[in-house]
Amino acid sequence: MDGDPARRIVRYRFSERLVHTFTAIAYVYLLLTGLAFWTPALYWIAIALGGGYLSRVLHPWAGIVFVILVGWMYVAWRHDMRITPEDRAWRRALRHYATNEDARVPPAWRFNDGQKGFFRVMVAASVALLLSGLGLWWVDLVPWELRWLRFAAVLVHAIAALVTIGGFILHVYMGLLVVPGGLRAIVQGDVTEEWARAHHLLWYRSLRQSDDLDTE
Amino acid sequence: MATLDLRRVSASSPPAPGVREAAVVAKLIDTTTCIGCKACEVACQAWNDLPPETTVQAGTYQTLPGLAPNFWNLIRFTEHEDDQGGLHWLMRKDQCMHCAEPGCLVACPAPGAIVQYANGIVDFQQDRCIGCGYCMTGCPFNVPTFNPRTGRVYKCTLCSDRTAVGLEPACVKACPTGCLQFGAKASLLEVATARVARLEADGFAQAAVYDPPGVGGTGVVTVLAYGDRPELYGLPRDPRIPLAVTLWKGPLKWIGNAAILAGLLGAAVHFVRYGRKAVHGADAAPAGEARDGR
Repeated sequence: MDGDPARRIVRYRFSERLVHTFTAIAYVYLLLTGLAFWTPALYWIAIALGGGYLSRVLHPWAGIVFVILVGWMYVAWRHDMRITPEDRAWRRALRHYATNEDARVPPAWRFNDGQKGFFRVMVAASVALLLSGLGLWWVDLVPWELRWLRFAAVLVHAIAALVTIGGFILHVYMGLLVVPGGLRAIVQGDVTEEWARAHHLLWYRSLRQSDDLDTE
Repeated sequence: MATLDLRRVSASSPPAPGVREAAVVAKLIDTTTCIGCKACEVACQAWNDLPPETTVQAGTYQTLPGLAPNFWNLIRFTEHEDDQGGLHWLMRKDQCMHCAEPGCLVACPAPGAIVQYANGIVDFQQDRCIGCGYCMTGCPFNVPTFNPRTGRVYKCTLCSDRTAVGLEPACVKACPTGCLQFGAKASLLEVATARVARLEADGFAQAAVYDPPGVGGTGVVTVLAYGDRPELYGLPRDPRIPLAVTLWKGPLKWIGNAAILAGLLGAAVHFVRYGRKAVHGADAAPAGEARDGR
């Protein structure tokens, strides 16, 4: 059953890595310009990025790009992101996962339940940000009689953005600092067999069974 | 306008206090003596070098359906039938109300794009405006209008360039009936109160001064014959900065900022306490395998 633990296998295809990278770039731009509009204390970010007016012009377009890319991810990963019975067991052991007692954490498929939660939150928030963002973008076309839509848009956009910021902090912290090899997996695409066994055992076994180990 | 001291600046700390004494100014609109001649509309266009807007015939004498980026002063014509079947033309001068507590300024994210001078005038600075339109969400009177060509928002300046040097606004200068007056707000309120008393004596028992307290009072004070029903004139009964804007710029901002900081600090604390996950060695053996071995 055990292969060469140092052998590297492909975790993310080129298209997945490319879309993830552009999504990340779009998100960071949206985050920085959005924070500039959110609080005057951070307005200097917009100035550093070419001025408040340019930031205001580009922010909605970056948002469109971001939503399209998130939509691509949704289509590409929706099967892998389905909740399985193993996920419920994983969720009950979340405390052990968070405290790095990984020996007490049940095995996961390609994505663990935490990653699936992040995925769902970001997809839902993207929809909310798109709809409210359109209202903010075209505020002059929202009739005065329907001005409650303007009010809803500013609140929904801010709350949804804050939710994504929480997810973003957790996502980047986990990927960069907590899980060794996480960054390499999403940038270069490959992980060791040992990594796959440690973090996504069920996925690893399914790859072996289907003899689908796309090794490098 | 450097010739006027500032009281409030959008998205900025309070400006340095000035030593000059500036009386709060106001424009008085007596709707009962307006004859609908539209001289104020023309004077506004002329003084502010605003290119003409194509007029719209909508069955009334009203020039346009609403305010426009290059049309800051609109006489609204409303036909009102009283209880006795008499027809009244309720003409109202629609323009920026120059609120003491301006919702546009509260909502604006661009430092210096909206200012309130010490004399109470609220003014847009288009060179600082980023065209986000938040002021249109913050305004309780539907006044600021967006120009897609320039990407900026415009409205009445209360002729801050004229009033800064002691002149009255162009519309007031042009008004032939004296229905428009300009001066210190305190003295204009006396004029307005006297006018209301006269209207009451003339049979308009509901006459009132419209100076809504929900926005701290306005720099445009209106005498209404039907003061109990400002909606007849298209004026909101109790205008306030929208609750959504107050929440968004107040509690939500502080809760959101605190949550972001807590998230960052929480990650730092977690990393110092628990550090990185191990991949190598027995620690990393997943529970499934451990059970297999048991």
